[in-house]
Amino acid sequence: MTRHRGRGIASVNYPIGMNLGGDPSQALVHSNPSGKFTVALSSIDLGQGMKSVTRQICAETLGVPVEDVYVDTADSDTGPHCMGSFASRGTHRVGNAVMAAAREARGVMMEAAAEELEVNAADLETDGRGNIHVKGAPHRSISTKDVAIAAQFKQGKTISGRGIFLVPLSDVDPETGEMSPATCYAHACLVAEVEVDDETGEVDMVRMDSAYELGRALNPRLVEQQLVGGAWMGVSHALYETPEPYYPEPVHGPRDFVEYLMPGPGDICPHDIAVLERPAPDGPFGAKGPGEMCANPVLPAVANAIFNAVGVRIDDLPITPEKVLRAIKAQGGARPQPRR
Amino acid sequence: MAKTPLQFSHNGRDVAIFVDGGTNLLVALRELIGDMTPKFGCGQGGCGTCSVLIDGELHLSCLTLAETVAGRSVETLDGIKDGPNLHPLQRAFADNFAAQCGYCTPGMLMAAKALLDRNPQPSRAEVVEAISGNICRCTGYEPIINAVLAAASGGRARA
Repeated sequence: MTRHRGRGIASVNYPIGMNLGGDPSQALVHSNPSGKFTVALSSIDLGQGMKSVTRQICAETLGVPVEDVYVDTADSDTGPHCMGSFASRGTHRVGNAVMAAAREARGVMMEAAAEELEVNAADLETDGRGNIHVKGAPHRSISTKDVAIAAQFKQGKTISGRGIFLVPLSDVDPETGEMSPATCYAHACLVAEVEVDDETGEVDMVRMDSAYELGRALNPRLVEQQLVGGAWMGVSHALYETPEPYYPEPVHGPRDFVEYLMPGPGDICPHDIAVLERPAPDGPFGAKGPGEMCANPVLPAVANAIFNAVGVRIDDLPITPEKVLRAIKAQGGARPQPRR
Repeated sequence: MAKTPLQFSHNGRDVAIFVDGGTNLLVALRELIGDMTPKFGCGQGGCGTCSVLIDGELHLSCLTLAETVAGRSVETLDGIKDGPNLHPLQRAFADNFAAQCGYCTPGMLMAAKALLDRNPQPSRAEVVEAISGNICRCTGYEPIINAVLAAASGGRARA
């Protein structure tokens, strides 16, 4: 028996969101008389961090501290419409909607502050710490709380804003079939190194090296968390997981976590990640989306690494020991490819 | 069927409940005591999210008959913080972004606590071994391993 090392590479060009129906999301932002703000969304945060990122986007746009913003998500009965959390669309689509809503709310807040300070709203600025003051005259100042109270009880204004982000629907050109399915693309490149046992067909991950280009990383630690976990999910799809192990025959499929294979903490490998930031022109503060793309390049890179190691080309997933072993037998033994 | 009286210590507090024969500890904790921190994942010992400590030993509460804990001490995630202060492991999980959806987190924390209680300075391999009965969907395990190591070194390191 021999264990063969192999290295594979894959690059992806990842469209953020989708084009069906324009892929819209809405957001509503309003202030409470306490001077704090609520963002209402139907979008759901499954742990990726969309709540944190939309909170940051709202606070930055309003010019208030992030602690003063509360994000209320995931009630599609009462919240404004959202297409959902998928296709890496949360930061980009929902973030843009929140930004638009916060911009409108900021306009009302500045008008209300202008009325209290008896100045023109264009002469006011926020200090990011919960105050609004006259440009160049910080002592002519009012807190966002006092503005909210004045708007509510004196001026009869709602400090609120509506936001929607809708990608113009791209029709298919009947002559060429050409269309623009997305307006924003993220990119990734990943090198996977594996070790393949030619007697058992087992594939061990040795290491991964990757570069992800995802617009501006609005919350670098959340981005890192997505990339580390998402890449590992890619390994899981490449080598372990399937609901249909005997496709197209569905019987004998996994019924629970004991039969549905997933890698454990002992199966992970070192992963060196470089984050490249090229702000997107239509992203909120330049952000694209680091979601699904974390996993995508891993699958082809692992398949290529296995080919490099033993010369077999497996094109259906997951790449189980059985498939590797059958393919090695069919070609009469492992044929390691040159390493570049 | 007649119910059986059952007394045990739950996070340092004596509790007395009546259980049906065959009730597992996870159901007793969640439905009879109202401690929702142990989660139901697979119900057959495959995922680890129901992990609790019984007399300091790590156990899968979904595979433990409730009646077997009579007179013993059961510790769950609900009991590991000190008043308003998070346990060092909880702090380290937050600092190291070791949770995403959070469903595995209670079991991971209890498995990690069982390890640190008996081995306060574990190696990386020992941490991996300690959480190897727990499945995580989101994090890729790396941040969890780093969090446990950080808690062991006093929360200073971000490995």
